[in-house]
Amino acid sequence: MTYAEAVRDALAVALEQDPAVIVYGLGAPDPKGVFGTTLGLQEQFGADRVFDMPTAENAMTGVGIGAALGGLRPVLTHQRLDFALLSLDQIINNAAKWRFMFGGRRGVPLTIRMILGRGWGQGPTHSQNLQAIFAHIPGLCVVSPATPADAKGLLLSAIFGQDPVIFLEHRWLHGARGETPAGDHRVPIGRAHRLRQGGDVTVVASSILSLEALQAVDHVALQGVACDLIDLRSIRPLDWDAIESSVRKTGRLLVLDPGHETGGVAGEIVARITTRCWGHLRAPPSRLAMPDAPESTSPALTLGYHVRAEHIAEAIGDLVGAPLEVSSLSARPHPHDVPGNDFQGPF
Amino acid sequence: MVHPLDSGVSRHILRDMIRIRAVEEAIADRYGEQKMRCPTHLSIGQEGPAAAVGAVLGPEDLAVSGHRAHAHYLAKGGDLPAMIAEIYGKATGCSRGNGGSMHLVDEAVGFMGSTAIVGGTVPVGVGLALSLAVRRKPGLVCIFIGDAVLETGVFYESAGFAAVRKLPVLFVCENNLYSVYSPLEVRQPAGRALSDVAAAVGLQASSGDGNDPRAAYGLLKSAADRARSGDGPQFVELATYRWREHCGPLFDNDLGYRSEAEYLVWKARDPIPRLMQELREEGALDPAWLAAAEAEIRAEIEAAFAFAEASPFPDPVLASTDIYSREIAPFP
Ligand SMILES: Cc1ncc(C[n+]2csc(CCOP(=O)(O)OP(=O)(O)O)c2C)c(N)n1
Ligand SMILES: [Mg+2]
Repeated sequence: MTYAEAVRDALAVALEQDPAVIVYGLGAPDPKGVFGTTLGLQEQFGADRVFDMPTAENAMTGVGIGAALGGLRPVLTHQRLDFALLSLDQIINNAAKWRFMFGGRRGVPLTIRMILGRGWGQGPTHSQNLQAIFAHIPGLCVVSPATPADAKGLLLSAIFGQDPVIFLEHRWLHGARGETPAGDHRVPIGRAHRLRQGGDVTVVASSILSLEALQAVDHVALQGVACDLIDLRSIRPLDWDAIESSVRKTGRLLVLDPGHETGGVAGEIVARITTRCWGHLRAPPSRLAMPDAPESTSPALTLGYHVRAEHIAEAIGDLVGAPLEVSSLSARPHPHDVPGNDFQGPF
Repeated sequence: MVHPLDSGVSRHILRDMIRIRAVEEAIADRYGEQKMRCPTHLSIGQEGPAAAVGAVLGPEDLAVSGHRAHAHYLAKGGDLPAMIAEIYGKATGCSRGNGGSMHLVDEAVGFMGSTAIVGGTVPVGVGLALSLAVRRKPGLVCIFIGDAVLETGVFYESAGFAAVRKLPVLFVCENNLYSVYSPLEVRQPAGRALSDVAAAVGLQASSGDGNDPRAAYGLLKSAADRARSGDGPQFVELATYRWREHCGPLFDNDLGYRSEAEYLVWKARDPIPRLMQELREEGALDPAWLAAAEAEIRAEIEAAFAFAEASPFPDPVLASTDIYSREIAPFP
């Protein structure tokens, strides 16, 4: 099934399994069903449990917190992460702190889905991946699955967990296909998944960059460079053991970050791994992130903006000190600002 | 019968509506060429409020808006070629291509900016009004909002401050019944008018038919006069209807979130033929004037698209400029 169908499947499983689960957000019951991820859920589970909301992101986040404290398991959906920024107060001051500021009595099992836009001129305020802001906050979990199976498994773990979870889903992944286990499939929060095994370079990725990295890693494998590709799946808590044990083996680290470079998650990983694995490093760790610039609406200014497979392969080459053939990776059958030829905007 | 509104003003409103509709339809016709690569929200069908506001505001007045801003920008006198070039992502666009359809600006005519986050420019508009008040400058700030803005917290926070300080603000709320696919019923309690809510938070509020632009003009003019004379912030709710999909060039009544019948009722209330007919009956519409206006508009639009198409894309080195002032050294 597709990633979007997997998200929908997880929501349906949760709604079916536990009457405490509610699903709401702008457009949740609308005819397009939030890119297909909520299609038919209101018909199936009723308007009491699956519902639209006013354009009141901060209040509706607080409402979710209260509902969670009152025994519900709310899932709040935002069509863009950028809209959820209006709710930073409730997320950071209430959801993330509730357990701590009341002496550990009770946490807030609230799941907040945020969709990450990209391309077709989404521009400065419809395309931001601000995972670092959320990952910076003690008390929040942040997950960013790359595959349909992980999307389903992490969403179910989030919904049935005891903590607030920011669930980041990339708009360009919604159409991606993959095997997805049926039923109540769970993926533990905080555990990475090794997508490829190799002894030369450790590549750490997440979300859509895991798919770009997969292409790059398979491409350089044909040229004799074998990489460990670690798909983080969870940004916080982060699976330090998975990265550390890999770097102890390879001695080379490349971290991919779908957020801005300065103050980003990749910087944190590079810092911590450098400190912990200093004696094992054979090359300075490196990272590829979004530039420290907002995304422009003009397609002319987004050409080199996003990290692509060819950039990753090139960075792997730099780490092993061997120039690799990467140019064939840049051939694509569609313009750079759409995930495929069937995508013609406008949203 | 002679309408109390000056026929020159009426023709100004008519011409603006025709112009806005023609620009929006030209965008819709060409959107499929995939050269305008950004989310684009059209105002086709709801030109009445924008055109009426355009006739009320003067050059010293300021305006801000949201995602559906083409009509507002044009009615305020915004540069048409710069807007079309912006939608094309070109260097000659009003935001140099960085913002697209949802980020229009033309400070020369007092259009201070439209942004893409619902409610985002409401406090900015109030702040502009504060600057007028503190600097003892004439004029008012028009804040264009949709019906969904009355769901945002920032609207109430901003309106409260504007009321406390009696700032010269004119909220113009285009109530087109929908926020994307969501009808008012899932967003507002039954029987509560938006203008009543506005009045309750300290705005002087009125409401009327946005598709009767001369009636809308009357409401807006009195509200603007009050705002200018120090009576405090005003709120005018104007009923209207968007004909096409929320975002994009197509029609989407087939999706089922609203009915074709509802659309047809509103289409029959098209503000353009309505005003034309009224002016004709009043003997205030010279066919030669109308033909000339339509020809001018057509030519202007052709020229604007030609300009946009011929304009260069921004130089890629510009992707990392305009983030800070030049005084701040860029990151390496
Ligand atoms: C804070 C925020 N939440 C959600 C959105 C998504 N969104 C874009 S336009 C829109 C509808 C706004 O409706 P309304 O104010 O009535 O304006 P209309 O589109 O009808 O002109 C929504 C919800 C957004 N841009 N910003
Ligand atoms: Mg509306």
